[in-house]
Amino acid sequence: MIQVLYFSWLRERVGTGAEEIDPGTAATAGELIQNLVVRDERYAAAFEDVSAVRVAVDQKMVDLDAPIAGAREVAFFPPVTGG
Amino acid sequence: MTTSPKDGPPPVVSVQSRDFDIGSEIEGLTASDRNIGAVVSFTGLVREMTGQGAISAMELEHYPGMTERALTEIAEKANARWPLQGIRIIHRFGRLDPGDRIVLVLTASPHRKAAFEAAEFLMDYLKTRAPFWKKEDGPEGAKWVDARDDDDSAAARWHNPS
Repeated sequence: MIQVLYFSWLRERVGTGAEEIDPGTAATAGELIQNLVVRDERYAAAFEDVSAVRVAVDQKMVDLDAPIAGAREVAFFPPVTGG
Repeated sequence: MTTSPKDGPPPVVSVQSRDFDIGSEIEGLTASDRNIGAVVSFTGLVREMTGQGAISAMELEHYPGMTERALTEIAEKANARWPLQGIRIIHRFGRLDPGDRIVLVLTASPHRKAAFEAAEFLMDYLKTRAPFWKKEDGPEGAKWVDARDDDDSAAARWHNPS
């Protein structure tokens, strides 16, 4: 099981900020997204434009094709707007 | 919250909802080192006028844990690149009103050039790497702020210093 986190409008569209997810056959963050979008339309709405989605694996920003094997935490969020 | 020398050096990074005092932060950063010749401070404020008109408030969300990690990493990069005697980064989260302080970056160095450059580098990197998201309350309701392309190019120019 992986702790999956959502921030900003991704959190609002999914309807939760954090959940435990069985990654199943997903080997990368991008494949995890593909598994989620067929699960429920909330995910389909959140991940409708994957180019607007950034990902962090164990709190490090990575590309969508980064492996998630052994990861404790995967976070999805839009490009950051702090400062 | 003031920092006096007997409290020891201030932390490099703070992520907090409360406001900060710029003067006491500079004092805390410089008090223990008499060889600091330059301190540069950058303060970011909540602007009232934005793309959607005048906003009444802003909510800043962040990723607890990763935020502190990302900011610490950015500070380490700056330390590796410039001869700095001190860095202080404070970033607030939660509800903020127009005019409120959001972010403070302090850099201390023997000479001004390194302090100026490092402060700019820290802000450029923070803008693109620190996991914060702004939601503005304005005439069109509550709206998530879009990331800006020029923030990306500002950060990218540090990859190829001239």
